[in-house]
Amino acid sequence: MKTIFEKSVPGRQALSLPECDVPLYQLSPELLREKPLRFPEVAEIDLVRHYTALSKRAYGVDDGFYPLGSCTMKYNPKLNEEAANLPGFTGIHPLQEQKTLQGALKLMYTLGAKLAEITGMDQITLQPAAGAHGEYTALQLIRAYHLDHGNPQRNKIIVPDSAHGTNPASAAMNDYITVNIPSGPDGCVDLEALKAAVGEDTAALMLTNPNTVGIFDKNIRQIAQIVHDAGGLLYYDGANLNPIMGLIRPGDMGYDVVHLNLHKTFSTPHGGGGPGSGPVGCKAALAPYLPGPIVTEKDGVYSLTPGGDKSIGTVKTFYGNFLVMIKALAYIETLGAEGIRLAAQLAALNANYMMARLKGHFPAYSSDICMHEFVISCEKLKEEVGITALDFAKALIDRGIHPPTIYFPLIVHEALMFEPTETESKQTLDQACDTILELLREAKADPAAFKQHPVKMPIGRPDEVTAARKPILVYTPASS
Amino acid sequence: MSTYTPHTPSEIRSMLDTVGVKSLEDLYSGFEDLWTKNLNLPPGKSQMEVIRFFTELASQNKLFGSIFRGAGAYCHYIPSVIKSLVSREEFVTAYTPYQAEMSQGILQSIFEFQSMIADLTGMQVSNASLYDGSTALADAILMLREKKKNKVLLSSALHPRSLEVIKTYLTPLGIQIELIALEEGKTSISDLTAKLTEDVFAVAIAQTNYLGIIENAADIGQKVKANKSGFVMSVEPFACSFLKTPAACGADVVTGEGQPLGMPLSFGGPYLGFIGTTEKLTRKIPGRIVGKTHDASGKDAYVLTLQAREQHIRREKASSSICSNQAHCALTAAIYMAYAGKEGMRQVAVQSLSKAHYLAQEITRLPGFELQYKSEFFNEFVIKSQIPADIIINACAQENILAGLKLGEYQTLWCATEVNTREDIQKLIDVLKQIKA
Amino acid sequence: MERKFLKTHEWYCEKCNKIGISDYAQHELGDIVYVELPSVGDPVEAGKAFGNVESVKGVSEVFSPVSGTVAEVNTDLESQPELINQAPYDAWMIKVTPSAPAEGLLSEEEYQKLIAK
Repeated sequence: MKTIFEKSVPGRQALSLPECDVPLYQLSPELLREKPLRFPEVAEIDLVRHYTALSKRAYGVDDGFYPLGSCTMKYNPKLNEEAANLPGFTGIHPLQEQKTLQGALKLMYTLGAKLAEITGMDQITLQPAAGAHGEYTALQLIRAYHLDHGNPQRNKIIVPDSAHGTNPASAAMNDYITVNIPSGPDGCVDLEALKAAVGEDTAALMLTNPNTVGIFDKNIRQIAQIVHDAGGLLYYDGANLNPIMGLIRPGDMGYDVVHLNLHKTFSTPHGGGGPGSGPVGCKAALAPYLPGPIVTEKDGVYSLTPGGDKSIGTVKTFYGNFLVMIKALAYIETLGAEGIRLAAQLAALNANYMMARLKGHFPAYSSDICMHEFVISCEKLKEEVGITALDFAKALIDRGIHPPTIYFPLIVHEALMFEPTETESKQTLDQACDTILELLREAKADPAAFKQHPVKMPIGRPDEVTAARKPILVYTPASS
Repeated sequence: MSTYTPHTPSEIRSMLDTVGVKSLEDLYSGFEDLWTKNLNLPPGKSQMEVIRFFTELASQNKLFGSIFRGAGAYCHYIPSVIKSLVSREEFVTAYTPYQAEMSQGILQSIFEFQSMIADLTGMQVSNASLYDGSTALADAILMLREKKKNKVLLSSALHPRSLEVIKTYLTPLGIQIELIALEEGKTSISDLTAKLTEDVFAVAIAQTNYLGIIENAADIGQKVKANKSGFVMSVEPFACSFLKTPAACGADVVTGEGQPLGMPLSFGGPYLGFIGTTEKLTRKIPGRIVGKTHDASGKDAYVLTLQAREQHIRREKASSSICSNQAHCALTAAIYMAYAGKEGMRQVAVQSLSKAHYLAQEITRLPGFELQYKSEFFNEFVIKSQIPADIIINACAQENILAGLKLGEYQTLWCATEVNTREDIQKLIDVLKQIKA
Repeated sequence: MERKFLKTHEWYCEKCNKIGISDYAQHELGDIVYVELPSVGDPVEAGKAFGNVESVKGVSEVFSPVSGTVAEVNTDLESQPELINQAPYDAWMIKVTPSAPAEGLLSEEEYQKLIAK
């Protein structure tokens, strides 16, 4: 499809401004841009057709099943969008006087209190823009806590080898050394390995629970004990909160600090890669280090209170992705305590149901009960007929199903990680399972043909090697 | 209460049978001791009640009839077509475009966004977006880190919150920060020269700066280059479309806050961090990048590329942990930039510039109001007044006007854009006159 | 050219002091898309990483078989990383001035045995 630049016609313009009703001001020429912009020149209809065509070459939750493991692609309620689009929210300036912002501040305060209740934490910051930004912020809190307690030698972050890449990367951004510890085959923490890894230099253990294989680690209290006895803190990566929200609280498991992904667990849309929102919650001991400002309440009046003396500072220009917060609060308000629990349980039911239907056909990474997601492997298929997880993913695309996460977690070879989420019906799951089993038969019957997938999309498999060797990252007109 | 779940009770029973457990609770057996007994949340509400709740909250915020405040968040006209296009569900409800074949639309839109940002800044490459203007600036500084140098110089006229974010990001890494003083609201070249020592790996300024003033960016760039340090510019997009490009000023990395490009004020977010840099620094860029390639049949294809830089592959050796970014805001900005086009961008810039200068002229005609600095500005300026800022702001608020931002007891930072009419400005002047009387 | 090897799949030519990665390594990595190399004059240490090779979905460190300083860098690899896939034993990455003789390297035969496992 042509780029918007190739649809440009000199002299066309969609934007029309009123005549300037004040005298035109001129800057001295030496201050001015040395070359004209090369932005596209299109009419409004050109623009509408272009972006509508692009949208038809994209696939969202509204289009169909999206069992992308670890990403919690649940339905994004339209009500939430409407709430976030109210002019009383979109039209307010972040630096208005606080008495003119009471609705917004109350909203943030309410959301913070609810997230604190759901996570079992004492205090919340809504500032981080995404999950990884939340991780980064939480590690800053951990760092500040240890420094403040006279423990600068605590410079190591322990992560299981099954962890998301953001964990070690966020640790490195805080100048921490990452210590990887092996997980058991079910992705659970190897207690002996953990005991051997903790010590005087341990700052924290970063851990999801349920883990990245989709199993709830029942030893969590022992894990917390081991980390705390060594003087370290326990960090909850909220990527996998969905199947336990409202049922089990990170705070009760022994975690000291958590980050959440509102764009996963709390139904806000992913927008093709963001904006998300990554609130961080912590126990009282870590609260003095939270970034400012924080919304506080006194006698029904809400205020933006700057961070205290011990605050790590601030991690964002303003207060966070406010419109995303509105959507998350709308979700919590709609579901309430019982709805949240039921959503979590049905997320687990859907994953277990799919796993039950598929596990006899693929080696499953756990034969036990899973939580929100499960991992099956194409390793056997690869050995037998050379069909890889990637091939399988591409075949699913031709059947109108978004592929699961592939090649993650790293501890499973040829991994396919499915997270159906609670908003999918039994019919959708049955249809997907039927399709997957059919594809399995096709793969075995004619692997060469199978490797041609996808064939029904606007493009076939792209040449990623050339893309990386000779990067073309911006449009250049053919003539130049 | 609605859970947005389609399951009927009989379906739940049949699914539980397939799984081989008796109840939903059984899925959580073996760790009953961890179950939460009482979750202190109210019961769910109907959709009608929820929207009422939010409408009520929204009504407790004041919407001003006219806004003369910027300071990092700008009120520009947002064409209807933008909201209509960005609301398309395929854009809203899609995940990151990992599966290229079913995500060509999103990938191409990002490629076009990158192209426009590169063109705007005059740089060679760009990425899919960063969290906001401040984090982008911190990331840019970190891109320039060198083994043997450990200091950055920051203009005192960066946005104060950006200064805080940079400090937060750099402190754990042990990087030293020094501020460059101002002269007439501009980054002082003599102070810069004095502080440019061998251990400085980066210098960052804003164009236009927090006080609205146009910096001598080219002169600063020259000094910085002569010291073999990296040069970072944080730009306001309309100023950037109009003023000498950062590339021409010698910038190595250019970042900015993209909110003015079609995003509503929204109490500070979601906004958009953008970044442009040189080809040489491509592999230091944090976050996602889209590249153009082809499929086996030779058709143009777009993919996430250079992924080996990123956290999911490089883990603790990645330059940043960023994963989700502000993709939908980048889409908004791309559509805005294409809508405005080559000429429209300039028209918005010219009108903002002209209205701000008219506003400044009208305010300073009043006795007791003067410009704080003599330097040339773009669409923001600082007023020094004999009347306290709080009184000005309150008087304006009563007339439904959001006045300039209080910077000091007698100082306010004002802004005008294409949306402020001559009539609005006259109304504001009348309010200011009355305070005097 | 006589080559010796590290267990981590780097080759070293003692005569010419060049270092690269083995045919087995390039095969395992798949299409190499980028090579990150040190600068001339940088120190290298036996057993420590001196650079990286990237494939589309992976990155691997490259370790030095010998201690010394970088004497020359194969700049052809900057624009043509595929040379490593095409001819791994011609596509040397760096040439070093060793500060001490290399120790404990595998012979061609020993290395072949190792990768046959």
